[in-house]
Amino acid sequence: MLTTIRDLFRFSLSFRFGSLILLLVAVLIATSFFAPYPPEKRRVVPRKMRGKPPSVEYVLGTTALGQDVFWMLTAGVKNTLIIASIAVVIGRGIGVLLGMISGYLGGAADRIIQSIVESVIVIPRLPLLILVAVILKGELTFVTLGILIGALDWAYPSKRYRAQVLSLRERDFTHTAVFSGMNTVKIVIQEHLPFIIPYMLADVVSGFLFSIGIEVTLSYLGLNDLNSLSLGTMIYWANEWSSIFAGKPWVMIAPVTASIIMVVGFYLVSIGISEYLDPRKRLVRLQAHQADLALELEREGARTPGGAFSASLRKEQDE
Amino acid sequence: MQLLKSYILPRIAQWVVVIFVGVTVTFLIPRFSPINPVDDMIGRMTAFQTIDPQAVVAMRATMEDLYGLDGSLLEQYVAFWQRLLKGDLGPSFQNFPTPVNDFIAAGLPWTVGLLTTTTLISWLLGIFVGSLVGYFQHRRWAQVLERLVIVIYPMPYLITALILLIVFAFYIPLFPMVGGAQGSPALTWQYISSILRFGFLPALSIVIGGFAFRFIMAKALATTEIASDYVQYAELAAVPKRRIVLSYVIRNTMLPHVNDLALSLGAMFEGALIVEVMFGYPGLGSKLFTAISNADYNIIMGITLMSIVGIATGSLIVDLLYPIFDPRVRLR
Repeated sequence: MLTTIRDLFRFSLSFRFGSLILLLVAVLIATSFFAPYPPEKRRVVPRKMRGKPPSVEYVLGTTALGQDVFWMLTAGVKNTLIIASIAVVIGRGIGVLLGMISGYLGGAADRIIQSIVESVIVIPRLPLLILVAVILKGELTFVTLGILIGALDWAYPSKRYRAQVLSLRERDFTHTAVFSGMNTVKIVIQEHLPFIIPYMLADVVSGFLFSIGIEVTLSYLGLNDLNSLSLGTMIYWANEWSSIFAGKPWVMIAPVTASIIMVVGFYLVSIGISEYLDPRKRLVRLQAHQADLALELEREGARTPGGAFSASLRKEQDE
Repeated sequence: MQLLKSYILPRIAQWVVVIFVGVTVTFLIPRFSPINPVDDMIGRMTAFQTIDPQAVVAMRATMEDLYGLDGSLLEQYVAFWQRLLKGDLGPSFQNFPTPVNDFIAAGLPWTVGLLTTTTLISWLLGIFVGSLVGYFQHRRWAQVLERLVIVIYPMPYLITALILLIVFAFYIPLFPMVGGAQGSPALTWQYISSILRFGFLPALSIVIGGFAFRFIMAKALATTEIASDYVQYAELAAVPKRRIVLSYVIRNTMLPHVNDLALSLGAMFEGALIVEVMFGYPGLGSKLFTAISNADYNIIMGITLMSIVGIATGSLIVDLLYPIFDPRVRLR
């Protein structure tokens, strides 16, 4: 695991940038716990400082209602991520389960599940989400919203997991395990799961991407708990009070910029991980590894290229 | 004949399954929600005034009928299908008794127009630019373009539209903020140019999102393709680079794009809905938005069903055109 992360940092520029951004987001979330007052509370800023542009004291400016945009933003980012996490756990949970069932069972079960999955992929999800969210309008909390988003975001992932399982089933080591009498549960857990987990990681990251986007969209339509702060509700209120027309663009700019930075961060990390999983890129990485090692050995005075190569190979195997 | 049996009929069967699953999900999800829209509505009506209890009972019966909530779940489901097959989506609650069909008919041409134009533009542009960047990936301009797309791609349509709206309609008032056209519909240059002017920013927002997605896919496919022997041979034979990209690489990577077009229609449609809301474009999105604020359940239901059938049919059409592009399917 540590080697993987080290390799990701070493060879993937996008992963480095992405994790830097996510670190920034994490710091922002951590600050939210030190807010001097509940950030959604109004009239906490002194009267003459209300509705003022960013200043030294109020880094991101204040709203006309006397809220500090910075503290609103920290809470908003945190809450958006909470919603997204719930959605991701539920969506990917269903996805992994269906994909694995479909892939391992095969036959009629696989065909039925696949025809449902294919249908759900084609069906536009936003109107359905809106339909349910409207019915639940008064009762919407972060949890229900997260569950709702997750409940409709499993079709693509499950297809990908199924493809993974299908390819794993045909690998030599699976046949070896079956012929040597290993039982199915053990094969799935010990032999196959290690291959699926990295894909899950990439998938979880892109799940965040989708969920953040949907949260912002639904909140903009007023389909969220509008009294709480999230990136989406911040944009909703900024729009509702027409902050742009009133000449207070910073109220709108802060949540919009934050959502862009966040999705780009998640996207960069997901690019990094998928590059890492790409076998062709892995070859390039291996060669770079070897070049590094050869260089090291050369510095130490061992000038046999063959020795360097086998040493590096041994090192690869150790890892 | 072979084509009909091995490709067209299964595809049509899948279309039926998609619509069946979609309609069933649309039917079930609201009914599993803990809130009964009828109770909700009656609660709101009786909150500020006292109504005769008998009238409330009668009102409840009428409303359950309107929402299609009377009888057992199975009866409701059958009735749901019966009304749907007759093309009856019920009346709007806010503008009773105008049928939902009228609202959808008013919004549909705008949405279909916007969606087809933007889908085609973003699809073609994405494939073209993405393949070029995939082929010339070490050039400076290609790398700049790729970085740009990496920032654009994950942005939700809402954010893209919001930024375009603020920048190009408010701060630099090049385009109108709200609406679909000016004047009454007529085949005059004035009316048509106003459609283009009003539609420009909404279309641009959708094109940007669709383009970024297509670009990434095209680039990945082109990168794989240029490693093949024939491309290297063509390069060694000094075939002009432009010709390698345009006639060889793009043509050979075209099939997955055609295939994927059918799958990405739904996402484009969602983008169009939200962009229409942002720009007050008179399509289905705006109708949906008004319905949301009025809790007009039937309109939302109607638009949901309409979009499921529409997108399923759209992707069916794309898939039925597929044999034209792929001789392996055609001549099997």
